[in-house]
Amino acid sequence: MRAVEIPVAYMPLVDAAPLIIAQEMGFAQAEGIALDLIAAPSWSSVRDMLAFGRVDAAHMLSPVPIAMAMGLGGISTPVSSVSVLSVNGNVIGVGNALEAKLRDIGFGFDFFDPSAAATALAQISDGPITFGVPFPFSMHVELLRYWAEATSLGQHGINIRTVPPPLMADALAAGEVDAFCVGEPWGSVAVESGAGALLLPGNSIWAFAPEKVLAVRTDWAETEPYLLGRMMRAVFKAGRWLSNPDVRATASDLLARKSYLDVSAELVDRALSGHMILSQRGDHRQVDQFLVFHEGAATFPWRSQAMWMAHRLKRAHAGAALTEAQIDLVVRPDLQRQHFARPGFDLPGASSKVEGAILVPTPVASASGELTLHPDRFFDGQVFDPSIDLSPK
Amino acid sequence: MKDALKIVVVEQDRDRAIAIVDALKDSIPCDVIVIGHPSALARQIAAHSPDIVLIDINNPTRDMLEELTLASGPLERPVAMFVSGNSDGLAEAATEAGVSAYVVDGLAPARVKSVIDTAIARFALFRQMREELAETRRALEERKVIDRAKGLLMKAKGIDEDAAYALLRKTAMDQGRRVADVSEALVTAAGLLG
Repeated sequence: MRAVEIPVAYMPLVDAAPLIIAQEMGFAQAEGIALDLIAAPSWSSVRDMLAFGRVDAAHMLSPVPIAMAMGLGGISTPVSSVSVLSVNGNVIGVGNALEAKLRDIGFGFDFFDPSAAATALAQISDGPITFGVPFPFSMHVELLRYWAEATSLGQHGINIRTVPPPLMADALAAGEVDAFCVGEPWGSVAVESGAGALLLPGNSIWAFAPEKVLAVRTDWAETEPYLLGRMMRAVFKAGRWLSNPDVRATASDLLARKSYLDVSAELVDRALSGHMILSQRGDHRQVDQFLVFHEGAATFPWRSQAMWMAHRLKRAHAGAALTEAQIDLVVRPDLQRQHFARPGFDLPGASSKVEGAILVPTPVASASGELTLHPDRFFDGQVFDPSIDLSPK
Repeated sequence: MKDALKIVVVEQDRDRAIAIVDALKDSIPCDVIVIGHPSALARQIAAHSPDIVLIDINNPTRDMLEELTLASGPLERPVAMFVSGNSDGLAEAATEAGVSAYVVDGLAPARVKSVIDTAIARFALFRQMREELAETRRALEERKVIDRAKGLLMKAKGIDEDAAYALLRKTAMDQGRRVADVSEALVTAAGLLG
């Protein structure tokens, strides 16, 4: 039987791994499909390809489908997040000028404490620091804003500029931006190229932040439920495969290929292992849960995560709004329950949680009873209760 | 008489930029500004306050334009991606040709159409040229790999060039793969073993 080919757009990043692995390691084939993976030059391009029907699925920044539903950005074709592809995986880094100033005041670059890092940055700067991010609707932006608001960094405010990661080194050199928040391999590329040093992993701000999602057009999900189910299962199994430390070398080699990320396998391995090299001095840190593809129900699209993102987007963009009914079309735990209702797939019984309330690994109700959720705390100890309403305040 | 449309073209390649400007000026009354350097792109564009922005769909700096869709001041005019619904199939045609257009809020569709039509024709030509170039490069690249694979076989098995090529072809046929792919696998394996 010939596999049905599904065109999928992606950005060449380490967190596109579940899609690449689903195709390369036969998980797609086992479901009777083939993923035609199309590397995109920009996130706008990924979104347009999906919206215009050039592709049927896409590797997408988790806030994008929500922003689209809110009417933010150029395009408003209804798009649904059917699975989370990856949790965490971003890094915040500083350019050489800030790195030198931080070292001058004896800052330790512990790659761990957002409050200490913010205090140090506030101490050495006399105005707003400008951060480069890949896209205006992204977890990068949300983590930066959250971090700045809750620390002394917020005293001067921060500026956020969109700079495609391949151009970040130039933007730093030109003084366009002082610092950056990017996904791997771009943080490690910045370190390797001498453009800057890494300050914090994304998960030091929010310990379990949905980073990329598998997105499809909402009407495609309606008309192609069988293809969708196959794709979701193939990608889920790829994530589970990736969660085994023994496969890391194989996965790094596959992702590093010229046809995918086209960087050295060693750089990819840093993100997969969480063993990050922070600066040209070679100091390094091991970060647990640096980039998660499976454990702790990572792929489950929690309604509460979507509510948090909608809440944050609404605060930042006056006039943007999202109804409860819209949320239910944008983030789809219902489709997971439909397509994963078979042995080998375990889903949490609930579709919402109080974000930030899990402080230690916690067993939860699920079909098999073997599901444990990982800590999802915010660094400032706040919690987000999704039962608060979405209407503008 | 209507004012001339103000069009910003984001294009780093000078020759391409000139070709686009000429094509636009030939077909409609317009002022065209070319931005070649992506530094602080959104602010550069906003400073010109154009009616239409044209950019290659494959240009990674496109994401910087996304900020323009969010008007931050009361006097700023937000732009929107030129999308389907504005005019029949034009957005799809533009996507196909490889150009994306950002159009300021409230501009009459008829005025947009001639600009987009011109841009589509020009970018379709670029795309064709680029594809031909890529195809030529790929063919050259494959030629090189096949030659290296042949060389490896000749050395390892003591056979001549024709026999080496025949062996590559037969292997490719038996495995249902392309000669170039078999050659690449051989070169990679030889690199690992060597």
